[in-house]
Amino acid sequence: MAIRVFLISLLFLSTTITTFSLYEDQVGLMDWHQQYIGKVKDAVFHTQKTGRKRVVVSTEENVIASLDLRHGEIFWRHVLGSNDAIDRIDIALGKYVITLSSEGSILRAWNLPDGQMVWESFLKGPNHSKSLLLVPTSLKVDKDNVIIVFGKGGLHAVSSIHGEILWQKDFAAESFEVQHVIQPLGSDIIYVVGFVGSSQFNVYQMNAKNGELLKHESAALSGGFSGEVSLVSSNTLVMLDSTGSTLITVNFHNGEINFQKTDISDLIKESLGMATILPSKLAGMFALKTTTFMIFIRVTDEGKLEVVDKINHVTAVSDALSFSEGQQAFALVEHYNNDIYLTVKLGQEWNSDLLKESIKLDDQRGLVHKVFINNYIRTDRSHGFRALIVMEDHSLLLLQQGEIVWCREDGLASVIDATTSELPVEKEGVSVAKVEENLFEWLKGHILKIKGTLMLASPEEVVNIQAMRLKSSEKSKMTRDHNGFRKLLIVLTKSGKVFALHTGDGRIVWSLLLNSLRKSETCENPTGLNLYQWRVPHHHAMDENPSVLVVGRCRSNSDAPGVLSFVDTYTGKELGSSSLVHSVVQVILLPFTDSNEQRLHLLIDAKQRAHLYPKNPEAVGIFQREFSNIYWYSVEADDGIIKGHVLKDNCIGEVSDEYCFETKEIWSIVFPLESEKIITTVTRKLNEVVHTQAKVIADQDVMYKYISKNLLFVVTVAPKATGGIGSATPEESWLVAYLIDSVTGRILHRMTHHGSHGPVHAVFSENWVVYHYFNLRAHRYEMSVIEIFDQSRADNKDVWKLVLGKHNLTSPISSYSRLEVITKSQSYFFTHSVKAIAVTSTAKGITSKQLLIGTVGDQVLALDKRFLDPRRSINPTQAEKEEGMIPLTDSLPIIPQSYVTHSLKVEGLRGIVTVPAKLESTALVFVYGVDLFFTRLAPSRTYDSLTEDFSYALLLMTIVALVVAIFVTWILSEKKELRDKWR
Amino acid sequence: MASILRSKSVLLILYIQLCLSLLAPALAISSGSGDGYAINGQVKIEGVGAKGFGLPGKLSDVKVMLNGGQSITFLRPDGYFSFYNVSAGTHLIEAAAIGYFFSPVRVDVSARFPGKVQAALTENRRGLSELVLEPLKDEQYYEIREPFSIMSVVKSPMGLMVGFMLVVMFLMPKLVENMDPEEMRRAQEEMRQQGVPSLANFLPGAQR
Repeated sequence: MAIRVFLISLLFLSTTITTFSLYEDQVGLMDWHQQYIGKVKDAVFHTQKTGRKRVVVSTEENVIASLDLRHGEIFWRHVLGSNDAIDRIDIALGKYVITLSSEGSILRAWNLPDGQMVWESFLKGPNHSKSLLLVPTSLKVDKDNVIIVFGKGGLHAVSSIHGEILWQKDFAAESFEVQHVIQPLGSDIIYVVGFVGSSQFNVYQMNAKNGELLKHESAALSGGFSGEVSLVSSNTLVMLDSTGSTLITVNFHNGEINFQKTDISDLIKESLGMATILPSKLAGMFALKTTTFMIFIRVTDEGKLEVVDKINHVTAVSDALSFSEGQQAFALVEHYNNDIYLTVKLGQEWNSDLLKESIKLDDQRGLVHKVFINNYIRTDRSHGFRALIVMEDHSLLLLQQGEIVWCREDGLASVIDATTSELPVEKEGVSVAKVEENLFEWLKGHILKIKGTLMLASPEEVVNIQAMRLKSSEKSKMTRDHNGFRKLLIVLTKSGKVFALHTGDGRIVWSLLLNSLRKSETCENPTGLNLYQWRVPHHHAMDENPSVLVVGRCRSNSDAPGVLSFVDTYTGKELGSSSLVHSVVQVILLPFTDSNEQRLHLLIDAKQRAHLYPKNPEAVGIFQREFSNIYWYSVEADDGIIKGHVLKDNCIGEVSDEYCFETKEIWSIVFPLESEKIITTVTRKLNEVVHTQAKVIADQDVMYKYISKNLLFVVTVAPKATGGIGSATPEESWLVAYLIDSVTGRILHRMTHHGSHGPVHAVFSENWVVYHYFNLRAHRYEMSVIEIFDQSRADNKDVWKLVLGKHNLTSPISSYSRLEVITKSQSYFFTHSVKAIAVTSTAKGITSKQLLIGTVGDQVLALDKRFLDPRRSINPTQAEKEEGMIPLTDSLPIIPQSYVTHSLKVEGLRGIVTVPAKLESTALVFVYGVDLFFTRLAPSRTYDSLTEDFSYALLLMTIVALVVAIFVTWILSEKKELRDKWR
Repeated sequence: MASILRSKSVLLILYIQLCLSLLAPALAISSGSGDGYAINGQVKIEGVGAKGFGLPGKLSDVKVMLNGGQSITFLRPDGYFSFYNVSAGTHLIEAAAIGYFFSPVRVDVSARFPGKVQAALTENRRGLSELVLEPLKDEQYYEIREPFSIMSVVKSPMGLMVGFMLVVMFLMPKLVENMDPEEMRRAQEEMRQQGVPSLANFLPGAQR
């Protein structure tokens, strides 16, 4: 008996310490990590030397990366700050990658082989300007190669070895806007050309060695210019005038500036519509792009223009690449249906194609947006070309010899929203499962595992075990599993492409470039906004497919017309799409479904009208029944107003149909703009499940959680302190947290933190909210928790009342009923800055919760909610200790073993999504940023299933051994008894 | 267990830091002109590259962040970093490196004495004489598998069960032997009256 008690207490002890904790050999068993870079803006090849061939790219996610040209893998990568966009990249001295970022104010050099930053210099200047980077190969000052940078209104010469600024020349005073910095090959003279205003053309001639201004000429240009200014040769520029109908050729030579005007209509007889000059640098010519075709125009030595060719379907043109003595080539890409044609042309002779290849592409990649070329020398000493192309879906492909060498799905670096979908149910005959290996193999595997756990395995056996565990086909099957671990992650990316990723191994199951989110004449700048689960079949799970709703809008402003698209999550096909006449400001998910199991959605437009989807009479019927029970709120952060709305009646006016409803405002809260500015609003997740309302506390007492789906958490800060740390003093900054009932507009709780400011990250779950902010007085980050309890039910503790039915537990909960709530709150220090906070969610809500904190170091920390319990005290009583309460400390602990991302980083972390698995103990966590990371979490350990590395063989062997022991002892005891009897 | 050890070492560090803070008043590392100042500092990690556990341990992977990510910079090969164009006031610098725990640093850039910078660790309020960030402790992200030992088997529930059985099987007879023979006889008689609890009785089919 005593031993049993001891054993139970031992088990109990071992379960109370719940940290995440992972062994190193468990990495990759239930998590996966994928690294991306984003849409490539610029690329520089480095293939001259033998050895590793690489391409250095800068991307729209502010990533600078060196990629392996053979396989497309990342050698190294750095994610710069969010406001540190990379303007230009180049390679200097053959060993440094030079990046110019932050609008031409920060110049950095990175070591090409390993990505170590070598030097960094800050270029000061008063005003914004175009930023230009020039790395001449031959320009030397005291044996030091010079980098010429134009940024912040000044020209700087920077040493490429140490990054020191050798000289600088300010052009700021003259309100000069630079267009090009030109260094004719082999000379020490730099030309800086640009405009003052839009009509005065200036050329500065400078000595590159010391920055001395040699000559300055200017000439007035009547008619002005517009758009790109194309540099055709080292002394000729071409641009369009402000009307867009005349081409201006500027020739500056030996102090003379000549203008020449040519009407486009003289060159091309037909009308063009709106034409623009492409920014590509082509030798001796330029490209004019219209809506339908592209015209290549050569500039002769006398400055005359002649049309070389007119090509339809051209989508991208590369810069000119000089590949051998004086020869220059460039690539252009044309589209025909699904094929793309890559043509490499010699700059001097139009009609000679160096290369013409057609490549078949997967139809979900869209148009080619950019092309970069590089040459290599084939074994027969002829020149070959490889092309790096950037597609509309942000993927990156390397083409060589008419084939796709590799392809990177870099659209996944810019995930906007993510949701999940169930996999198909395993049907008879459709099973994709492999036949289980035979018993011997199974036993052998398990014996290996035991050896592993007992640490008796030899190194190669360890490798075998690891391989066996990782390749387990069980986790990547395409069917539903009992535990609900296998799902499809549906993600919407910035490019308008939707991907479905398998949670088991992170592979792409399907991808779809949504046509409705592509640029078109009616919708010029479409962006995706959100993903919603449109249909989740339960009754017809065997034969109906689930689908998701993608909501987007045509422009970035909120009154732009919206776009809807419906996607089948099994097949990855678009079921339908509609471009809306109204805008989409807010999407409200209603807790009703129609007979097709389509979820009812209410879309609110900018005019505060509500539109019901799906548009069918049945949906309206369901909706009418709940008409008076639908409330929502809107936040106008700029005006400091929160409003509550209800539905009124059907729309009248031009867009009226039976699915459109007028709304009316029922309450509003106006925050004084001079003292409070709304920075964060958070509500509970709609699909969150709460197991019990009652919370049993230490002395057998019960508290009732105030659980309402309509609670809104709002944080306001002092307007002076919105700039973040370093912008305000403690006296002039404060932070006010509100809990507001979004049905009645009643403020349930208000709390002020003096000397604190944002940014605020908050998460709301059950009856508590946790928020993270900066405390200026202590100069540390803080996290606070507010828990809200329902007092009106507090007197239901009397057993007799319960027995006699005199309790109010069954009375309906209404926001309008008399309210008695109490709140408890507590604050703690937290070390790190935070990028995102989420909370684990499980199927039934029984399992205790963990907060998932995305730190500034791009890691995700799992913090037990018990650390954020407002009832924590310095000296908990015996009863409280038994309850598992942790003594109060001033700061929250950071336990390295509880990093969910263990030793990985999710670079550029932006969001954390948690989804319950079917198994109550487990939650699935998806973290996205530039990288993607997925794992399974069990906040209270997997109490309802055996762990993955549970050794069945050990169990079996123990049982066998026990049975054998029983029989042996039985026989022995029988013998002994017999012997005793004979005595 | 490990956390206790770690907290001990933290205490030690705290103590050393306390001593240091008494010695050195915080002072000055900066240069600047115009409206913005520059903050220059250094990150020192001992034995980078020599660490195991699959940690990258590379200086190029260390990031230094100003004011929660307003600007991000990287380290030069000698560990130095700089932030440019920083306004006068109080700022926060954080360093992030996989495998190390850095305390954020409070940095005051003085407006009155242009270019004067004061720094203090926020975790333990220790002043820094120079803006040198050193990890407070290493971070070990994985549990370490205990090497196979007899004790771990014995301590496991199964081991305890086996141990208990062994005690009953071997120690109990010894105890019985040491008993007074008369008492022994009495006990045996009592047992006989109750019937001998034999293992065979529990097995089905043994009761004949």
